[in-house]
Amino acid sequence: MATTEESLHIPSHSRSKPLEYSTEDGALRIFGFWVFLVTDMLLFSCFFATYAVLYRHISTGPTPSAIFDVRGYTAETLILLTSSFTSGIATYEMRRQNKSGLITWTIITLLLGLSFIGLEVSEFWSDVVSGATMQTSAFLSAFFTLVGTHGCHVSFGIIWITSVLIQVIRRGITPVTSRKVFITSLYWHFLDVVWVFLFTVVYMIGGMY
Amino acid sequence: MPVDIKNFLTHFFVTGYPLIYGADASIILATVAILFVLTYFKKWKWLWTEWLTTVDHKKIGIMYLIAALLMMFRGGVDAILMRTQLMLPNMHFLGPQHYNEIFTTHGTLMILFVAMPFIFALFNIVVPLQIGARDVAFPYLNAISFWLFFFAALLLNLSFVIGGSPDAGWSSYPPLAGAEFDKGPGENYYLLSLQITGIGSMATGINFLVTILKMRAPGLTLMRLPLFTWSVVGACILIIVSFPALTAALALLLIDRVAGAHFFTMLAGGMPMMYVNLFWIWGHPEVYIVVLPAFGVFSEVVATFSKKRIFGYTSMVASIMVITVISYFVWVHHFFTMGAGPGVNSFFALATMAIAIPTGVKVFNWLFTMYRGRIRITAPMLWTLGFIPNFAIGGATGVLLAVAPADYQYHNSYFLIAHFHQVLIGGTIYGMLAGMYYWWPKMFGHRLSEGLAKHAFWWFNLGFYICFMPQYALGLMGMTRRIYTYPKGLGWGPYNFIATVGAYMMAIGFVLIVANVVYSAFYGERDTTGDIWDARTLEWSLPSPAPHYNFAVIPHVDRRDAWWVMKQERKEGKTTLDLQQEPIRPIHMPNNSGRPFILGVCFFTVGFGFAFSWYALVVLGFLAVAVLLLVRSFEYEDSHYIPVEEIKETEAAYGRL
Repeated sequence: MATTEESLHIPSHSRSKPLEYSTEDGALRIFGFWVFLVTDMLLFSCFFATYAVLYRHISTGPTPSAIFDVRGYTAETLILLTSSFTSGIATYEMRRQNKSGLITWTIITLLLGLSFIGLEVSEFWSDVVSGATMQTSAFLSAFFTLVGTHGCHVSFGIIWITSVLIQVIRRGITPVTSRKVFITSLYWHFLDVVWVFLFTVVYMIGGMY
Repeated sequence: MPVDIKNFLTHFFVTGYPLIYGADASIILATVAILFVLTYFKKWKWLWTEWLTTVDHKKIGIMYLIAALLMMFRGGVDAILMRTQLMLPNMHFLGPQHYNEIFTTHGTLMILFVAMPFIFALFNIVVPLQIGARDVAFPYLNAISFWLFFFAALLLNLSFVIGGSPDAGWSSYPPLAGAEFDKGPGENYYLLSLQITGIGSMATGINFLVTILKMRAPGLTLMRLPLFTWSVVGACILIIVSFPALTAALALLLIDRVAGAHFFTMLAGGMPMMYVNLFWIWGHPEVYIVVLPAFGVFSEVVATFSKKRIFGYTSMVASIMVITVISYFVWVHHFFTMGAGPGVNSFFALATMAIAIPTGVKVFNWLFTMYRGRIRITAPMLWTLGFIPNFAIGGATGVLLAVAPADYQYHNSYFLIAHFHQVLIGGTIYGMLAGMYYWWPKMFGHRLSEGLAKHAFWWFNLGFYICFMPQYALGLMGMTRRIYTYPKGLGWGPYNFIATVGAYMMAIGFVLIVANVVYSAFYGERDTTGDIWDARTLEWSLPSPAPHYNFAVIPHVDRRDAWWVMKQERKEGKTTLDLQQEPIRPIHMPNNSGRPFILGVCFFTVGFGFAFSWYALVVLGFLAVAVLLLVRSFEYEDSHYIPVEEIKETEAAYGRL
């Protein structure tokens, strides 16, 4: 009987695939991360469902439209969508083996991410100062949890991408670092997609009440 | 000052119950005994290098198995205490509060800390070997999953002696489980320990789905996959799609409790039904998560011990996938009586009943496999045969409960208790025990004593019927669940007495199972062939126990029941896998790491801090977790190659070269 020897982690470079997919290990981890994103999407779905059920339950607190700052969340949206685009360019530069391009566009992505977090924190801060806290109403509990979970994900992403950036600077574009860059960019795009739903469900639909 | 300390200590340690003092004493004695044995026999280093830091899926599987049996003991003691309390009318063996705590932890433990680790034990031990892989997709993550489960179990068990146990039922519905009605740390313990073990379970689901989809031996197409592995696919999909709902439900309730939010509080617009829905969107698929692998075990066992290939393979696969899908559309049957309305109730009633169809297909296929087979009644086969009437009765009573109008009568009665114990014990536990007896030689290189196994089976199986059959009657007579005592004169006494006798018989059965483990370690028949049952799937082509790299040479598969086909070809004189003729190459393996264990300790710290609202501890734990993740990210030398000479030596020692 014929046997083959396709060991798990032995890198078998092939020119036809992108570098991050060139090892079995890399392909495996990228696929695993996609499956993880499914679970994360479902976690957000549950929080979205909670928000959809509770956003009219304002008790004695303010309505959604009373606290939403249109300029603030519009700016956040533009910044995050742009950062997803720059993250895409970073991946493109990585595929072209352009290390300095990858580093530059990653730093731009990080700066945009940081300014997004800055705006969100200031939005939350002004809400809390005006008395609209998580304890005020079921709507605000759901709002802060849903948007805050997204914000935590973005903050985590910033730390994660920074650590990957350091590795790229130290080691260059290798099968391992390119896989890490690719996975963090998947994560970043995913957060962007979640934000599109946040924008629609929380700020647009919620803002009509 | 001494008064302050005394107040703190009485708040921190549970006091006042003789049984709790007994638990304190037994915990201290067991800890001292373990420390003494490890030190006396100089086993600390061995423990650390061989077990605590291992990333070998077979060893992780064995640790899951040991933990599951230990937790089954703990959950079983809870059951015995409850049954003793209910044995006679007006009993005063347990107080009401203590009874609430015991039934809560009994349910929580049995589902999340017995059934789940037991299926994960078999996932780990069997799946890579069955699909011809050298490892799981993410071995380091696999170790993390185990240690998260382990420390979560420790956290929940600690609650009994430190701070107080959860007491709002295993489903922990608000507002009862909210901060207003349940102030103690018990509920926090529940929320945190489930959250931590849930993260581990989710990672295991991802890990094994990726392993099965991406790491099968060449030629092993999906429709040639052994049925146990197919059942793991179904269970993993369910874990991936349902556990996020549990994560959400627990997180929201924790935020309500510790941050004073209003998701489920009624005041300020909260909605308790939101929790009930989220909980059961996880909770119902969960019962299929634990029963599908049991179905997989039965498929392997029936085929092996009937010496036939499984009847209706394709329909078996189809029914696993149909169950996987439909189980996501049944969660509302847990609260038909809570005002969902006739339209919604009808939909969920019909979906619930529909699940009986694929399940019936599977039962018939097992029976047809046995038909005209050369059946050997071994221990795994005995548990499989015992399962079939159990599931027939449990399934039938399940359909009765699915009839929404009738459910208004049975809801939260002992009829329901009897039903779900019948399917969860009769399905999952019987299946896991069958799997344990079946794969024991593969894990340890010796088999368990058949004589003791049969005694254990009959004590457990008869005890099971004697315990739960009367409970159907009790339910129809109006006895509701969660009551801690009942008056004389209702006619419940004799049935409860009989049920308690049955519970004691099951306990004897469990003791015999454990006695068998100990006895067989010394006197059990050694397995020198690696294929002690004359079985059909690839794991039996390896020596017992399998070498740490599993396969020296990855086999090529061209048929279902690959190992059986190889054996037939060998009998006919055709050449099959011959190590002497195959080129052996160095094997790439992951390094051991102590970090998953330490990560477990850190999550434990976070959980313990939250339970008592000591936020400094929480922050400290989270920071440590972050540091560990960063260290991992910067780690590049995390694997090594096993040289060819070492592989050849190992294989020669097994007599295969």
